[in-house]
Formats: sequence, C-alpha cells, structure tokens
Amino acid sequence: MRYARPTTLNDALELRASTPGITVLCGGTDLYPATERPALSGPVLDISAVEGMRGVTQTADGLRIGAATSWSTLGAGDLPPSCSALQQAAREVGAVQIQNAGTLGGNLCTASPAADGVPPLLVLEAEVELCSTRGTRRFPLGGFLTGARRTALAPDEILSAVHLPNRALAGQSVFTKLGARRYLVISIAMVAARLELEDARVRSAALAVGACSAVAQRLPRVEAALIGAAPAEAAGRIRSDAVAAALSPIDDVRGTAEYRTQAAAELLRRAVAKLCQAAPGTQPRVTAA
Amino acid sequence: MSLDAPAPTVTVNGRSVETAGMSPVLRLSDVLREALGLTGTKIGCDAGDCGACTVLIDGEAACACLTPLGQVIGRNVTTVEALCTAGTARLQSSFLRNGAAQCGICTPGMLMAAAALLERTVRPDRAEVEEALSGVLCRCTGYAKIVDAVCDWLEEAPEPEPPESGASVGAAVPRLDGRPKVDATEAFGADILPVDALLVRAIRSPHPHAAFAFGDLAAWAQAKSGVRLVLTAADIPGLNRFGVIPPFADQPALAQSVARFRGEAVALVVGEPCALNHAELADFPVRWHPRPPVHDPQHAAEAPALHATRPDNLLVTGRVRTGDARSALTGAAHVVDGSMQTAFVEHAYIEPEAGAAWLEGETLVIRACTQAPIMDRDDTAAILGLPAERVRILPAAAGGGFGAKLDVSLQPLIGLAALRTGRPCRMVYTRRESMQSTTKRHPGQMTARIGADAQGRLVGMVFDGVFDTGAYASWGPTVANRVPVHASGPYRIGAYRAEARAVHTTNPVAGAFRGFGVPQAALLQETLFDKLAEACGMDRLAFRRANALSDGDSTATGQRLFGVGIGACLDALKPHWQRALADAAAANARPGVRRHGVGIACCWYGCGNTSLPNPSTIRLGLTGEGVLTLHQGATDIGQGANTVITQICADALGLPVTAFSLIGPDTALTPDCGKTSASRQTFVTGRAAAEAGAALRAEILRRANAGEDGVLDLTAGRLTVRDAQGVRPVALDGPPDLRGYAISAEATYDPPTTPLDENGQGVPYAVYGYGAQMAELAVDTGLGTVKVTRITAAHDLGRVINPQLAEGQIEGGIAQGLGLALMEEYVPGRTENLHDYLIPTFGDMPQIRSILIEVPDPEGPFGAKGLGEHVLIPTAPAILNAIRHATGAEIDRVPALPHRVMAALQDAERRGKVPR
Repeated sequence: MRYARPTTLNDALELRASTPGITVLCGGTDLYPATERPALSGPVLDISAVEGMRGVTQTADGLRIGAATSWSTLGAGDLPPSCSALQQAAREVGAVQIQNAGTLGGNLCTASPAADGVPPLLVLEAEVELCSTRGTRRFPLGGFLTGARRTALAPDEILSAVHLPNRALAGQSVFTKLGARRYLVISIAMVAARLELEDARVRSAALAVGACSAVAQRLPRVEAALIGAAPAEAAGRIRSDAVAAALSPIDDVRGTAEYRTQAAAELLRRAVAKLCQAAPGTQPRVTAA
Repeated sequence: MSLDAPAPTVTVNGRSVETAGMSPVLRLSDVLREALGLTGTKIGCDAGDCGACTVLIDGEAACACLTPLGQVIGRNVTTVEALCTAGTARLQSSFLRNGAAQCGICTPGMLMAAAALLERTVRPDRAEVEEALSGVLCRCTGYAKIVDAVCDWLEEAPEPEPPESGASVGAAVPRLDGRPKVDATEAFGADILPVDALLVRAIRSPHPHAAFAFGDLAAWAQAKSGVRLVLTAADIPGLNRFGVIPPFADQPALAQSVARFRGEAVALVVGEPCALNHAELADFPVRWHPRPPVHDPQHAAEAPALHATRPDNLLVTGRVRTGDARSALTGAAHVVDGSMQTAFVEHAYIEPEAGAAWLEGETLVIRACTQAPIMDRDDTAAILGLPAERVRILPAAAGGGFGAKLDVSLQPLIGLAALRTGRPCRMVYTRRESMQSTTKRHPGQMTARIGADAQGRLVGMVFDGVFDTGAYASWGPTVANRVPVHASGPYRIGAYRAEARAVHTTNPVAGAFRGFGVPQAALLQETLFDKLAEACGMDRLAFRRANALSDGDSTATGQRLFGVGIGACLDALKPHWQRALADAAAANARPGVRRHGVGIACCWYGCGNTSLPNPSTIRLGLTGEGVLTLHQGATDIGQGANTVITQICADALGLPVTAFSLIGPDTALTPDCGKTSASRQTFVTGRAAAEAGAALRAEILRRANAGEDGVLDLTAGRLTVRDAQGVRPVALDGPPDLRGYAISAEATYDPPTTPLDENGQGVPYAVYGYGAQMAELAVDTGLGTVKVTRITAAHDLGRVINPQLAEGQIEGGIAQGLGLALMEEYVPGRTENLHDYLIPTFGDMPQIRSILIEVPDPEGPFGAKGLGEHVLIPTAPAILNAIRHATGAEIDRVPALPHRVMAALQDAERRGKVPR
C-alpha cells in the first residue's frame, strides 16, 4: 500500500523525508482535478489527520492558522476585522463543497497565480511555517511563492502553518474577486486591502493584487501614497500607472493584460473607499483616474 | 510509521462498509458507483467543477470526486439513495412538483447540497438556497425552479390531481417520467453496468491536424496490464464514415492516418475495467506528424482541402434572395451596417457521453445517451457492416443534449468492441474527452446592412455569414441553410439577400446547438435593429412591432404565413417595456458607476427539418387486458416529450394521461419519431400522436357504435363508451391485430414543406414559433461587468400543452442565451473543462417572467408550435441591446466578457456615444 495518513507531524515528516517524490495530499481539491483516473498515482502522504494542523490559534506574536484549515473553518471563524479579507476570500473559493475540503496550505502550495488566499495573506504580512526532519523555518509568504505554481518548499518539507504577526492584525481589511460569473470562478483579478485609520487619516495601508502577475503582489508605492490621506480622498490617490507598474499581467481566456491592469486599479480604489467608508464622519468619493 | 492502510470501514447511508483491498486514494465517487453500486451519485467532471457528485460527509457537502476514500474511513457518508427513506423525501417530491428536474443528471447533486442546507436551516430564503447550492451546475433549468423546490419543500402539497379526460392539453402535468429523476434511480449512460463488461477507452489526437502511424500495437497490448485488444480504423468492418446528413457523411468513427481536429479518436483500447481504468495510456504506440492547422475560416480557402471533394474547404453555401436588396438599400432613408463575431459554444451538458453495448443473439444492443435513436442505429450499422435490423438502440436517459447528442459519439466504438470481443463493453467519456470530441455551436463571422424608409419601414437587408463548421460536416449544411432563411428575423423586409457559408477548418466539429446558427444571426440582426430604430427616431419596441410579420405576410422565402404570433408577443411586452424604461431612467438619474439599460429582441424559428422530410410515427394500442400502450419514440432529453406527447395523445383519444403506459424510445419497439432537434417533437410527433389518438378513438367509437360525442372510460382494464344511449363496454378479448393489440392505431405525420430553389424560395417549414424577450441589466462601467437583473419573455406557443414544462424550456433557454452573451467561449486546448469554460451558475441568473402567448397554428396539434430553440435566440441580442442602451457600448463580439465590454465602453466614450 502506498498511502499513509499519519496523525503526528513527526510521522508525516519522516515519511516525507524517506519517500522521495511522495505526493502530499490534504483537501484533494487540486490533486484530483489534475488526473482523469479514478485514483491518485504514486505514494501519497495524506496530512489531513495530522494533529495541530487545523484551526486558528492565538500565539504570543500573532495568529497561527494550521495549514490544513479548511476554507469553511476559516470563513466561519471568529477573527479580528483585519482578517475580513481572508475570510471573505475563504467564502469565495469555489463553492461550499470546495470550501469544506480545500485548505489554506494547499492553496499556497499549489501556488496558482489566481490563488484566492494569497492577496489577503499578503496584506496580513503572513509568514509560512515550513517543517522538515531538519527543523522548522519561517518564510515571508511573498518569498515562499517563487513563480506560477512554484514555491520555495523543499522536497522534504511540509507547510505546517501560516503565521499572521500582531503588527499586521490592526485595522480593517476587504477582499474583492472579479470573475466572469458569480460562483465557481477563477479570478480575472482580485484585490485585498487593509487599512489602519487614525485621527481621520490613513495611518497604514497594505494592498495586494492577485491574478495579475505570476505571483500576487503587494503594491508598496501605491500604499505609500495613501499614508496621511483623509478617508474621503484616499481612494483617489491610487494612480493607475503606479498600479500598472507593480503588475505584470498576461492575456488569457479570462481577460487581456490591459484590462487586468485597469480592473486592478479600479478594484483597489473601491476596496480602499469601502474601508474608508467605515471610518466615522467620512464620505469618500470614488473618482476614475 | 509506514505506508499502511488505515482501518478500513466507512459508514455509507448507515451501513458499515468494508473497504479492505480498495486503494485509499480512490475517489469516493468511484467507490460509491463502481464498488457499492450507488449510481445515484453522478460524475460530471471529476474536478469539483459541477457538483453532480455531491454527497454528505458527516453532514457536510463534499464532492465525492475530490474525496479520497482514505479520508472517509470511520466517517458517515450519505448519498442520494438515503434521501428516499429520510424525512427529506418530501424534498424530492417538491422537485417533481416544481419542475426542478429536467434531464435529471444534476438532480442528485442539487438534492444533496439542499439536504446539507436544510439540516441547518429549515426554511431557507432564496439567497440562502442559491449560496448553498451554488456549487452544483445545471444546464437545463436556469435554476429558478430548483430554488423554488428547495424553498417549497415543507409545503404539504397534495400530489396534483391529474387532469380529467379531455383536459390534459394545457394542464401543468408534472413530468410523467419525473419520479426516477428525483429519486435518482434514472439510468443514464454511465449507469448502465452490464455484468462482465469490458471497458473501452479512446486514444485521441493531441493535435488539431496530424498524420499518424501506429507502432507495434499487438506487443503493446500484450505487455499492458488489463488490455485485451486494440482497435483501429483497420478493424472497422463497414464503411468508416458517418454523418447526420447522409449525402455529407464524412466523419470516420476512428480516424484513418490523418486526424483533423484535436480530440479525434484514432484507436480504442479495450480491457478489463479495473486495470484499464487506472492505466495511463501515454505510452500508447502512436507517432504524430503534425500538419499545419487551419484555424481561421476566412482563410480556409487558401489551405489544402481537408476533404478531397470540397475545394476551398467550402462545405455548403445557403442563400435566400428576394427583390433587389442593393437597390433598396441605396434608396433607403436610413441604413445601418455592422458585424458580429461569435465563438465556439460548448453544450456543457452535465452528463459526459456514456453507454454500453452487448450482443443479444445476433443483435447488437446499444444503450447510450442519444437524441436520435434511429440515426444512431443507421450510422452504427453502416460503420459495423451490419444490416440495420441487427442493431438495436435502446437510449439511456440523456443527461442533457441540446444538439450534440444527435451525432453518434461512442455508439459505433462500443458496438465495434462488443462485436469483436463478444462481451458487453462500456465506455464513459471524461469531461475533457466530451468537450474535445463532440460538436460545438458554429462560430459565426457575420456582416449585414439593413435599411428603412422615412416611416421606419424595413426596405432591404443584406446579410453575409461565414460559419466555422470545423473538421467534418455534421450539421454544417443545416446551419448554412437555416441562417439565410431566418436572418431577417420575424419581420417584413421587401428586398432581402442573405448568404451563409459553412467552411471547414481543423477546429472542433461544429454541429447542432439549440438554434442551428439562428442565435448567431439574430445577434447581428437584432442589434442592428436598435441602431436602425434610433436612426428612424422610433422606440425600439415600436419599430419592431411596425415591421413584425402578420398573418398573410410572405417571408423572404416567399412563404405565406398564418398563425403569426410575433405581434402578440411584442404587445404583451409593451407594458413591461415602458415600466422597465422608466425604472432604468430613474436608476440612471442617480450618479454611480452602475448604468442601467433595457434591451429587446425577437425571434422566429421554423420547426422541423429545413425543406426535408422528417416524419414521426406514433403507435397506440390497447391490450386484451385493457392496458393502453403508447409507443413513444421521441427521445426525452429533459425537455418533456414523454409528458407532452402523452398529453396530446390523451386529449385526442379522450382518456386521461394516467391511463397510458409508455414504451420507448427503443428502435425495436417504437416506430421512428425522428430526432429530438429542430424544436420538432411537440409539433411533428405531437401531430402524429394526435392523429394516432384520434384514429384509435374512431375505432373504439365504431366498435361501440357510438357517435363522435362518445365518452371513453378505461377503469381496471375495462373499456367503456358512454353516450346518449348509455354506457357500453368495448370488447378487448378478440384475436390480437397485426401489432399484437386488441385495438390499435398508428399515424405518421410529415410536415408539408417544399424544397428551396436556387434563390432560397420555397416553403422550408410548415410551422414557425415566435418570441420576444426583454432584458434589464446594470453595467458596471468601472469594470465592464454586466448583471442581468430581469428578463421578461413572451413566447407564442400556438397552444400551451404544458405550462410548467414550457416555463422550464424558457428559463433554461435564457440561461444558455445569457451564457452565449456573457461568458461562453470554447477554446480548444484551453477551456476543455468546466472551470475554464464557464456556464451560468445560480448567481448569474436574472429573475425571469414567462408570458405564454397562444396564437394557434393551423398545422400544429391543437394549434401548438415548437419552443425548445426559440427560447434562447432573443436572449443574447436583448442583453447586448440593453448594454448599449445603458452605456452606448456596442458589442460586436460575444461573449461580452468584462474586458470586451470595457473596451467597447472606452470606444463609446471616444465616439461620444455615451448616453447622458
């Protein structure tokens, strides 16, 4: 039999290290669509039963999300408003069947350019926890994702958790997904935005765009332009050329590169406007750039 | 820790199941269907895209196709089979009562997703139902009746009283074949599991155009575990050529030396099911020698001919000419012109092609999904070198068809395998195979000029269309001939010239898809009409009304029409139109990125074959035991023929539908009712059913010596006739007639048409149906996204046989029309699955209001006209017209994906066409 479903991380890591090329299975929502046969082939390491890999826990330096946490669990969890984008994304992945099975860690390891989980995690400055029998390392998510369907995961490693540092758990966030239909859709573009407002000014801003480059991107230049803005003017400070400069979209069946760039800027303005609307005594205006 | 199997039991529907010996990485769906025989769980994609395989795992909805067996060990799995016994059985009754199941292939998934919701929320609202069921795709219903059924599930509605004798036509009879669809006992192609069957898999071309040569097939088969046999074109005993229109038959069942499109089958591998199903066939010994593909039909003439007898790669040109259109346009007060480009559209039924074949004595029996059993029989027999009577087609339930299951797909393949092995053989297409290898809607590249006089009367139209018919003929000739007849729309146009060419490329085979090219042509004609109405300074509905055909008018083919309902449809929409225009204006008075618009478009559609015979024959008999048997050979692919034909026959005979037992379709037992296409079954087979019913009635009355007003009764096998003279029994115990019945009747009806001459003049159809739809929507001008909020659809059915089924057709047709307009585009090699190829989901559908108009047709049974294809024709142009009304954006290429709408918006800005 070429299948194991260990219950401890150590057992899983032993197998991962001792069986080169073993397929790591968790929710199955990416692995099964990749084959037309009735079963997966090759040795399979099923990490869905590993203890400590599901659910969200508070740690001294922030929140720890087990990599095997399903979208449903994440979407229904009691998380701070800074995580709203992540929870909204969780409720937009596929539909309920996919959300019940698919996991955050799987989404990151598959590393699709259109992975819905990535932009919200980028604005939360997430770090991934990578374990192997050699030890544990943490990696900023942006560095972990090295390209379209490529990651820095070593052949003997398992992505065990995602950490959200306390410094990024401030403020409020929002996620918007743009697709050609309502449900079960791969994004043409998507954005996540997290803002901290203080004394009716933007104190900090984190913006990320997905499906518009091989790996979803933060937009530091655009973010910097928002600092100090009054809520009503913040969205207007998002310049299309600055957004475009941060992205490298492609033409595909879902949309053109040109459209993606425009849409990303528009989605960011709306996301920021929406977050600013929540601020007391402000009436934001959305203007086209 | 080692790679050991887990403790192997799983609880399925309350029963503990041993899984020892099964691979823990098997898909749960495979375990349920193949090992446990629980075939109620359907497979539509094996990728989590369609939700047909939804089951509950510890009460939560999951796609069984994505779930490894190893993860359900020790857990509770609930499948649709358990619903029948649970309290949720009433949910299934609600599905039946509300018309929520058409073909029924998605129904188990819908039921399971609903069951998960109802476990938590007993009385969900519509939004909660949509959200909870959004992971399941349906291609037939347009979703509204499914939402109705879930919201309505707690209603203690009594089973509706069946209509009395003589009152069947017009009654919302729940579909007579509906119970097996809602209790998931319906046998679709993949559910046919003959004992000891071998599995058949196809080797398909990965190239759009390639010569190929095989290596040592025998050695490969010998070495490959589970493989019994490899079959190629060389093994085909008959004529390796099929086609829906015999003079154009050109498609090999297995390609011989050259593959002409990506996905074309070149060989079959036959073997023991388990081993073969798991095997990777990438090492199959075939060498490909790619040739230059021909992708653009506009340049196909420059490429070498794909078929020796068709120079310039031109398959067929269809023409209709009347008057001098060019002069008329020269003299017109207002002329508009434009172009429209459409994409390949995939039928995307949730059931990939599947079926089984076996031998019964000398007869090859094929049970597979189909829309055309007799055509399947004849094509398969010819390919296999058998006389037609040695092939029996026994259609499985079709999990959707929409035109693509008219052509044979796997029938000759499994037939060949069964003949060669002597064992039952089954085949189930993967989603990718289904999408690659079966037909598509023809992409059209069309231009037109249309002119009107100063009073807004149409004076001339010129239309030219190139339709990409792909590698083989299929229904290309039909599209080329139908389009010029219909491209005028249901309007009077004095001078008209239309030409459509079906051109070969190495793209997918384009065939029949609900409308045969007419929806494409209507996109151009109806969008140009909006511009022309504007040029004439007329309201868009009023412009159409002023030019609409009416009784006694002649069409562009010179046919005089009667029973024309387009005017009545437009009149019915008028109050809604005015309300909608006011609503849109009010909404647009508020600032914002969302601009609101209203669009309208009309359709007409000739029912039945174009100028070709297409008879249907219905047989009806009473057995000596008093069983009333209807031999109903029209395949019901979800549209409702089983119910509608019975309703018509019931009223013609004078007995209730409950008195009928249905047989068929089955080429051994039912006379030919033709194919389920061209919106012909209600009209043509319905007319045959009406005549058969009337003939049987006449014979019964004659035997009872009763007058025309005799009232029939069939109770407990006893037939009586009551009239003024009293009640008399009719003896059924005499010797059976030649058909084996005590009394029987058979009637054939073939619509009276005439051939079209070289100018397309003649009577192509005996009956036309009409419709008009109005779309209300909002365009997000910042993103180019379109949200259609409401569609009001007025359709002239002549006589409504079954209002619930008619609404189901309208709602489902609108869903497909919306997909055509906004999201559907098949790109070979790129969108061969249901996550890259998008069809509408629950969340994409507008509110739909159906208005059923009855302008009786002189030819149709009880005045009835066809409806099935009409319903999607106006949707897409109405949507484009509403986008233009909202924003000024003119879309000349569908689907109107957000980036195309955005580009059109920017173009409208540049041209100063944005409404203020």
